[in-house]
Amino acid sequence: MSENGALPLRGKVLTVDTMNANVKKVDYAVRGPIVQRAVQIEKELKEGVKKPFEEVIKANIGDAHAMGQRPITFFRQVMALCTYPQLLDDNKFPEDAKNRARRILQSCGGNSIGAYTTSQGIDCVRHDVANYIQRRDGGIPSDPDNIYLTTGASDGIVTILKLLTAGEGRTRTGVMISIPQYPLYSASIAELGAVQISYYLNEEKCWSLDISELQRALQAAREHCSPRVLCIINPGNPTGQVQSRQCIEDVIRFAAKENLFLMADEVYQDNVYAEGCEFHSFKKVLFEMGPEYSSKVELASFHSTSKCYMGECGFRGGYMEVINMDPGVKAQLTKLVSVRLCPPVPGQALMDLVVNSPQPGEPSYQTFMKERTAVLSALAEKAKLTEEILNTVPGISCNPVQGAMYSFPRITLPERAINEAKAKDQAPDMFYCMKLLEETGICLVPGSGFGQREGTYHFRMTILPPTEKLKIMLNKLKEFHQKFTQQYS
Amino acid sequence: MSENCEYRERVLTMDTMNPNVKRVEYAVRGPIVQRAVQIERELMMGIKKPFTEVIKANIGDCHAMGQKPITFFRQVLALCSYPDLLEDSKFPEDAKSRACRILQACGGGSLGAYSTSQGIELIRQDVARYIERRDGGITSHPDNIYLSTGASDAIMTMLKLLVSGEGMSRTGVMISIPQYPLYSAALAELGAVQISYYLDEDNCWSLDISELQRALQEAKKHCSPRALCIINPGNPTGQVQSRQCIEDVIRFAAAENLFLMADEVYQDNVYADGCTFHSFKKVLFEMGPEYSEKVELASFHSTSKCYMGECGFRGGYMEVVNLDPEVKVQLTKLVSVRLCPPVPGQALLDVVVNPPQPDEPSYDTFIKERTDTLATLAEKANMTQDILNQVPGIKCNPVQGAMYTFPRIHLPPKAIPEAKEKGQAPDMFYCMKLLEETGICLVPGSGFGQRDGTYHFRMTILPSKEKLKIVLAKIKEFQQHFMEQYS
Repeated sequence: MSENGALPLRGKVLTVDTMNANVKKVDYAVRGPIVQRAVQIEKELKEGVKKPFEEVIKANIGDAHAMGQRPITFFRQVMALCTYPQLLDDNKFPEDAKNRARRILQSCGGNSIGAYTTSQGIDCVRHDVANYIQRRDGGIPSDPDNIYLTTGASDGIVTILKLLTAGEGRTRTGVMISIPQYPLYSASIAELGAVQISYYLNEEKCWSLDISELQRALQAAREHCSPRVLCIINPGNPTGQVQSRQCIEDVIRFAAKENLFLMADEVYQDNVYAEGCEFHSFKKVLFEMGPEYSSKVELASFHSTSKCYMGECGFRGGYMEVINMDPGVKAQLTKLVSVRLCPPVPGQALMDLVVNSPQPGEPSYQTFMKERTAVLSALAEKAKLTEEILNTVPGISCNPVQGAMYSFPRITLPERAINEAKAKDQAPDMFYCMKLLEETGICLVPGSGFGQREGTYHFRMTILPPTEKLKIMLNKLKEFHQKFTQQYS
Repeated sequence: MSENCEYRERVLTMDTMNPNVKRVEYAVRGPIVQRAVQIERELMMGIKKPFTEVIKANIGDCHAMGQKPITFFRQVLALCSYPDLLEDSKFPEDAKSRACRILQACGGGSLGAYSTSQGIELIRQDVARYIERRDGGITSHPDNIYLSTGASDAIMTMLKLLVSGEGMSRTGVMISIPQYPLYSAALAELGAVQISYYLDEDNCWSLDISELQRALQEAKKHCSPRALCIINPGNPTGQVQSRQCIEDVIRFAAAENLFLMADEVYQDNVYADGCTFHSFKKVLFEMGPEYSEKVELASFHSTSKCYMGECGFRGGYMEVVNLDPEVKVQLTKLVSVRLCPPVPGQALLDVVVNPPQPDEPSYDTFIKERTDTLATLAEKANMTQDILNQVPGIKCNPVQGAMYTFPRIHLPPKAIPEAKEKGQAPDMFYCMKLLEETGICLVPGSGFGQRDGTYHFRMTILPSKEKLKIVLAKIKEFQQHFMEQYS
């Protein structure tokens, strides 16, 4: 403090120089600069600024309800009953909804969803999750004590990565993740100061995974870090591929042999569209491979209420199942999640309904099945439509959208465009996507936000807009691409 | 890589895991609570105990202890969850109009859509207006509001931003002893340096600037102090700092270049005569531009406490003041990775800051429920303090606010060596015995921090009045018995 008692002339305490250096390295393209520009444009439109389009189409994020998908009636009925239990006297609600609400409320402190729950999540919900997993996996047992409810899948993923991050320099934890990947992984790895070990999916073979590529990436990584984890997203994001059972077995064998903790992000497990494709959970395959693997490989599998046919992103519901976790580490995990008290209870309740949905014979079953089927088949149609239309555009090449909610087509950019982008210090596909946004109002995320092979360019577009709007969007895209190609040739 | 896979060590072990995580402790849900849960199971299995139920007075979980939710809030949330109910004549118009307004601000008119990462804009505007009303008109910018997953989330995020450097330049964070152990846990996890400043137990847990000064000077020798955290009303201590004290703290933060973090989640929980809640934001601005344009401040609030008690919804917000614009960009980027806070919690926060007004249909019921809850808490605060102060060996400061009592317990001479023999903190030893003998679950003072050689426990004042009387009587009995046994 200066002698005359006045406040010293100083800079701020918290500046880009004094802040957490790792946070500066974090990027999350799904809500990055292009989305910020899209939001700005929306404001300009509202102010009456004239544009070549009337609305911004946010095809950047897997936000199903925002794009018009309806919630499942039964789920919302139960949520309303849990929220305002007086409605249990209301004869407008079906009995099966009321029974589920009562069961959930009974397991809440003071029978209220406003009470904290245990940090691992409501006991009976974890039991229901375990039963769901068991049914899904053909009877392979699931222990409720291995289930942790989470604030969306992202929360569980970050928590496990946090546990795994240790060491320094050459012993620093290395985390294997696909290129392309959902950028939560790269962002978390950057924030935690872990080492990202990229393995390339094979674009020529429908984004499949080659063990030889895993091997290559791992060997290279061993020279500068301590690889400990292998992350895989199946069905894939952004790429949408649904890995074959053989591939999943190979990955498990690889993880076992190379001492890697396996993290299986399976949030799109119900979003499988292509014929011949089927979702196989890592847990199931692991156990079907016998005790040599099932009693050894450390696995964490993640699921969420945000995708599939529910699309309940805003509720932040999710869970993870941990297999073969060291008991001492598990105690540490439980302790770590206790600091944040508990995941949001509405999300826990919602997860309960997802894993404990109406059964044949129950009053809500038919409506439930109808709604579920409608959502999934609409997505399947839109997946096909997208692939077909994009593949008619010279300079756009789109792999089959086998699952998930996105297409990740490859775009050929003229040399002049690439140079102009570089002159602006923009990734070429960002340059392309920005122009697309300014000229058509369509907001996509450039492939550079997910990772791609050097010299290739892509974008990720959701298949979520309603079919009619999607058709319009795809045609505008086609038009834009042709114009862009001409303009920069 | 051995050829025989069978005998390999696990990948993730106590030795290979994140060492910072091992250092994390969170007593509020720590070993004593785990034992309490075990005892509950034993009771359910029919095992005979000297009591018939476990009373969880360890955690500020209002609804679990019988507090009722505010009717209006749950009506609005039900309408938001299942908009078909908007046709239902059983819901009042003011609830319906708030629900419609919230839904219109949600993607696709649904609570199930992601919101912007900073939180629904409309709600941030409502929060800003609430802050302005609360603080006598001092401007609050919606763009400085970040909705969060409970206050804990935002506190963690700010601490994360603040942590940098190595060795002598490692970020030091000042926090009270005693403190709510989210702070010590977060600092351990982030590998920051905890700088403890002692609250004055002899003066009703007040804060002395000279003690802040002492702690700071000491800390400068081994780290780079950057932040000062204060919980007001206090947890676990319940003190409501005077306006003078708040001014002094602001002056201190300004003079010593510290980022101020004000945890104000108990802002409606003020019971004692002569005590008033003054927000750090308000005092800062009333001190004039010399301070209000300089001091970097983050203030935190939540839907978990006060009269709402909606812990399970994980609603909360922080207001940042004088944050460097580039850092703010980084903050916005950081929260975007987790997409958004839970939308039901955001909606709940909206009705908290935008409750029924005098001319609206739900007003009377709302005020009655709010008043009853807060008045009951005030009664229980008083009662707790009175009864505990009658117990020889227990000394309880006035519970001026918040939801807890943090009495000092004098442990008889033989208890301490026995505890140490068991490898237990003496107050943990005491609380464990209390749990085993009475079923009452409290948290030992060692979980919050206390002066060396002193012992405390934290007990919530949340059980119903009747039950609380019984709990206090049992504690009195236990204390007397414990004193006799270990003298």
